[in-house]
Amino acid sequence: MATSTTPALTGDEPTGPPPAGSTPRRRGALLHRLDLKGAPYAFVAPFFVVFAAFSFYPLVYTFWISLHDVELATLDVMQWVAFDNYVELWNDSRFWNALQNTITIGVISTVPQLLMALGLAHLLNYRMRGSLFFRVASLVPYATSVAAAALVFTMIFERDFGMINWALGSVGIDPVDWEADKWPAQVAISTIVIWRWTGYNALLYLAAMQAIPADRYEAASLDGASRWQQFTHVTVPGIRSTIVFTIVLSTIGATQLFGEPLIFGQGPNGVTGGADNQYQTLGLLLYEEGWKNYQMGRSATVAWAMFLLLLIVFLVQRVVQRVRSRTS
Amino acid sequence: MTTSGSLRRRAVAAAAAVGALALVVGCGGSDDSATGGGKKDGKVTITMGLYGVMGLKETGLLEQYEKENPGVDIKAEIAGDEQTYYTALQTRLAAGKGLKDIQGIEVGRAKEITDTQADKFADFSDVPGLDHFLPWKESQITTADGKVLGLGTDIGPMAVCYRKDYFAQAGLPTERDQVAKLWEGDWKKYVEVGRTFKKDFKGKNVAYMDAASGLFNAMIYGSPEQFYDEKGELIYDSNPVVKQAWGLAADAAEGGLTAKLRQFQPGWDPGLANGTFATAVCPAWMLSHISEKAGPANKGKWDVAKAPKGANWGGSFLGVVEQSPVKEEAKKLVAWLTAPEQQAHVFQEIGNIPSSRQALDSPEVKNATSAYFSGAPIGRIFGAAAQEIPDKQVLGRKDGTIKDTFSQGLTLIEQQGTARDKAWNTTAERIEKAVG
Repeated sequence: MATSTTPALTGDEPTGPPPAGSTPRRRGALLHRLDLKGAPYAFVAPFFVVFAAFSFYPLVYTFWISLHDVELATLDVMQWVAFDNYVELWNDSRFWNALQNTITIGVISTVPQLLMALGLAHLLNYRMRGSLFFRVASLVPYATSVAAAALVFTMIFERDFGMINWALGSVGIDPVDWEADKWPAQVAISTIVIWRWTGYNALLYLAAMQAIPADRYEAASLDGASRWQQFTHVTVPGIRSTIVFTIVLSTIGATQLFGEPLIFGQGPNGVTGGADNQYQTLGLLLYEEGWKNYQMGRSATVAWAMFLLLLIVFLVQRVVQRVRSRTS
Repeated sequence: MTTSGSLRRRAVAAAAAVGALALVVGCGGSDDSATGGGKKDGKVTITMGLYGVMGLKETGLLEQYEKENPGVDIKAEIAGDEQTYYTALQTRLAAGKGLKDIQGIEVGRAKEITDTQADKFADFSDVPGLDHFLPWKESQITTADGKVLGLGTDIGPMAVCYRKDYFAQAGLPTERDQVAKLWEGDWKKYVEVGRTFKKDFKGKNVAYMDAASGLFNAMIYGSPEQFYDEKGELIYDSNPVVKQAWGLAADAAEGGLTAKLRQFQPGWDPGLANGTFATAVCPAWMLSHISEKAGPANKGKWDVAKAPKGANWGGSFLGVVEQSPVKEEAKKLVAWLTAPEQQAHVFQEIGNIPSSRQALDSPEVKNATSAYFSGAPIGRIFGAAAQEIPDKQVLGRKDGTIKDTFSQGLTLIEQQGTARDKAWNTTAERIEKAVG
């Protein structure tokens, strides 16, 4: 998940006096003006140069590739097919299956994750001994690599000798084939995502909660609000913008879900998201097209479909917001 | 204050812009050696990219070469799974970056490499003394215009590995010649024995075989043509061999004879260690995997019997990439590693069957036995199986991918309970996608 610092450097200097009219000072004045007007651009330039090289150019080039038939082994041989790849993708049942899986895994991972993060942040917000330890501990899963986490979870969810089936067996429940069956597989993958991101989101919420002025809680308690009412009426509205932020981040993350199912499936099944594509996400479909079938054109098409999908989600969100603000 | 402040600001701004540019430009440049190998201070470094258990590092051959050739330093990177390895190799070939001086090539990929990547590999046709290989082996890695892209390491003649203790419990014979008699000449009989095993086995949670895909591979690789014909046309959907293999593998899957495992994936390994299946169709190179994963606790419980029919599943080559700065040194190393003596050494250590005719005929290979597999005469069994391999084997561009797709199709029947016709259709659709 990329985080970028906003390059807000404009306007931190007081505007200089208007340039004096005398000729010998004009050159200096020009430089001075250029300095004032130009420096902010120079400061933000690095970000945009890097953005152009590593985001914008790949984006455009990916689109260019998606209009061709290209194989990975022979990238220099491109055959123009216009929008054929897009039409093919639209008619491909695997695409709709992957889209559906992306959404269902996204929902069963994001919703519990954010709710649990909210609860965890609320608990961490209490005064307690060793709070620093708990805060650091909650961030440890986030610092673990996807590969390591997914691999360990894969062993835990293993069919014949995994820990979970062993535990289920000890209370008399039949073993679950966590990889082969659709919903167990999606739940298992969501578990990995939830484990990794809950602590991170909890810390974001915690930071926002600590910015809520204490007198609001005092006022609420004077009005006779219970702990729960304080939580729902003071805390949650107070961190609303952070909640929106985490929802946006989680949605983007869910759309791009890739590493967890890839490692969870292991080998060929990872690439196709299960023998029956039962947990193939859009990210995995992209990978299958590009690095199993070696069809870079089709792979690029999936990439652009994912991008367009995010744009649509963003637009819908904006429209809903505008309609809501107009009605209120 | 203002002047010095703005001066510093300007300097910082300029530095930042330059820094950003340098960052962008820096990514375009490349380091001295694209492969990590090279010559420095009279020392030669050769890098290798390998997969699975090819036995070059595991049996100490690389160390031996370093000792015999002072000043040579070999760095081998070994990926576990060949599919993962090949995907990375494809990406690196396309990018021209991250390649090693020496790259392993599996036979399922040989056709694709010779068809599309020939210019990226060095030619071995000028290396003297290469006539010790089996005649069909080197032709698989030779391009239409005679460029030899690699030298053969091992081949994959097949046998059946079985657990003697489980066979005894099911009232079946345990002695390897008698076991071989049970299914002599026909894979159908192998499945029939499976039905008897399932009926008569007293213990619980033991399947007859590990995976339907192993049986499928064994059957198709006994035929000269599998998925492609000689003209390079796809014939998998009309080839009777593929249909038969699919049918019998599906019978085994539907009959509950398999442990529903996926070969070479982590679920398979604990299956070996805990003995959840009684047989596995095993190419010679699989013996090292079984003995390693099943572990010392199961030593002497396994044995090897002749397969119903001879077939070649797998085997590898070593190629040298054209852009390697130490091309000649790397070719020399490859020639040494694949020479008869070294192939015989690998066989004796871990059981990979030589692709060198000369090594196959040597007494140390012919008379070899495996202590792990109850003293089975693996030299004799696999040597005989190697004789049965069809002299002509038609390879196709996407052989490896199609094989994996079929394995997955059989998984559909085994694990998802999909009807076999539906699984076949899904497989066919996926193959259409894969061949582009």
